[in-house]
Amino acid sequence: MNRFDYVRPASLAEAIAAGGPGSAFLAAGTNLLDLMKGGAERPQRLVDISRLPGLDAIEWSADGDVRIGALVRNADLAYDARFQKAFPAVAEALLAGASAQLRNAATLGGNLMQRTRCPYFYDVASACNRRAPGSGCDAIGGENRLHAVLGWSEHCIATHPSDLCVPLSALDAVVEVEGPHGRREIAFEALHLLPGETPARETALAPGELIIAVRLPAQAAAFAGHARYLKLRERTSYAFAVVSAAAALRLEGGVIQEARLALGGVAAKPWRARQAEAVMAGASPSAETFAKAAEAALADARPSGENGFKIELARRILVRALSLALEGTPEETPALPASPFAPISGASDVA
Amino acid sequence: MSLSISLTINGQPRAVDLDDPRVTLLDLLRERLHLTGAKKGCDRGQCGACTVLVDGRRINSCLSLALSLDGAEIVTIEGLAEGERLHPVQAAFIAHDAFQCGFCTPGQIMSAAGLIAEGRAGEDPERVRELMSGNICRCGAYKGVTEAVLDAQKVLTDMAREDAA
Repeated sequence: MNRFDYVRPASLAEAIAAGGPGSAFLAAGTNLLDLMKGGAERPQRLVDISRLPGLDAIEWSADGDVRIGALVRNADLAYDARFQKAFPAVAEALLAGASAQLRNAATLGGNLMQRTRCPYFYDVASACNRRAPGSGCDAIGGENRLHAVLGWSEHCIATHPSDLCVPLSALDAVVEVEGPHGRREIAFEALHLLPGETPARETALAPGELIIAVRLPAQAAAFAGHARYLKLRERTSYAFAVVSAAAALRLEGGVIQEARLALGGVAAKPWRARQAEAVMAGASPSAETFAKAAEAALADARPSGENGFKIELARRILVRALSLALEGTPEETPALPASPFAPISGASDVA
Repeated sequence: MSLSISLTINGQPRAVDLDDPRVTLLDLLRERLHLTGAKKGCDRGQCGACTVLVDGRRINSCLSLALSLDGAEIVTIEGLAEGERLHPVQAAFIAHDAFQCGFCTPGQIMSAAGLIAEGRAGEDPERVRELMSGNICRCGAYKGVTEAVLDAQKVLTDMAREDAA
């Protein structure tokens, strides 16, 4: 790990003033310290925001919107009873991610800002346009069976690793950001960027800007009865998604009034499948409808290497997630959250 | 900023002067305070051998900067027993043969203590397995670990009930 200056500002204004080029914001550090240990990140200064006041609350407005402070820990959000009831797919995604220890530490803002787990990004001896612009991409032609099948470019084929971000994208979350030029909002779908020719530019945040909260609109809670997250990984627990999906349906009179769908593990950003949503709007919730939606969602997919299997896998995960959503959100989060292998559980837990 | 912090470690207040901001909680415990119970397995948050309780919550001490924890209350495996009397989780790990080589065991036990305090597993072994998945055991003692966690949870629940009565 490189040497760095450490500052712990007492207020948000002080934190913003201490940010900027060469600085990195430190919350729990579960991703940043890992990157620094490997040398993939070498900030000159760490601005410790982990105790900034006012950023660790879950607040509800009178009309049912929720505003989650950027420092709320993953476990605290996932087990918040009211949040779980209103946004069960988000809670399930949170519980499907990382380990209990990491969920106790990791923050909402950090989850959104976490970096790809592409091994070539981590390995400083490898070429990586995301870490070292212009150096090339060793993932192309390398070990790439887990890399992107949507939205990738010849400069980068990395995926975004977050589970949480997948349902947040599907449910039209809004990101509140504060920076040297004041406060602004970013639609969740616009937060993460596709690589294009500049893969090192990963988010819409300007230098020195800090995520302070994420909001979910009350309308997103209308999906609560039929909302699931499904995640295929290479072991039963504690692994990143090979492919995942958030599926949410609003049904009326046996017809899909509105559908929300997003994929994880397939692109450099959580992949909102709007064309698939359009296919389902007004249709009856049948296997045929779901298959058509899956076709539409993956219409533009193409392998970036030895990962063609992920395209068919993503179609099947989408159909399965939609079928599970149609069955209805379970009373309690399954023992193995989001797992395609989850057995029926007899034990009680918070719903 | 001063690199002096104060921590409460296993009930004892400790003032700590750090000469380097890079020190993780794990390195502070092992290299400077000579509490070597928490183990450095992967040092990257993947194996769980470094698990300790910080303000009552289990975390990976290898991914936590010591400076960032100024004022926190830390419990390590060294602070779990009461004198010669083992903590129920420790006793259950012995009773259920929940280890072989023992390298991961301090982390497993601290993680189990955290899991029981969180109270999310009920009596469901599948939930215990999922909630213990951040602790890797290369000897493969998982069956014993799951049994030990459920057993210790029962003992601790009974003890709490007796205390309340």
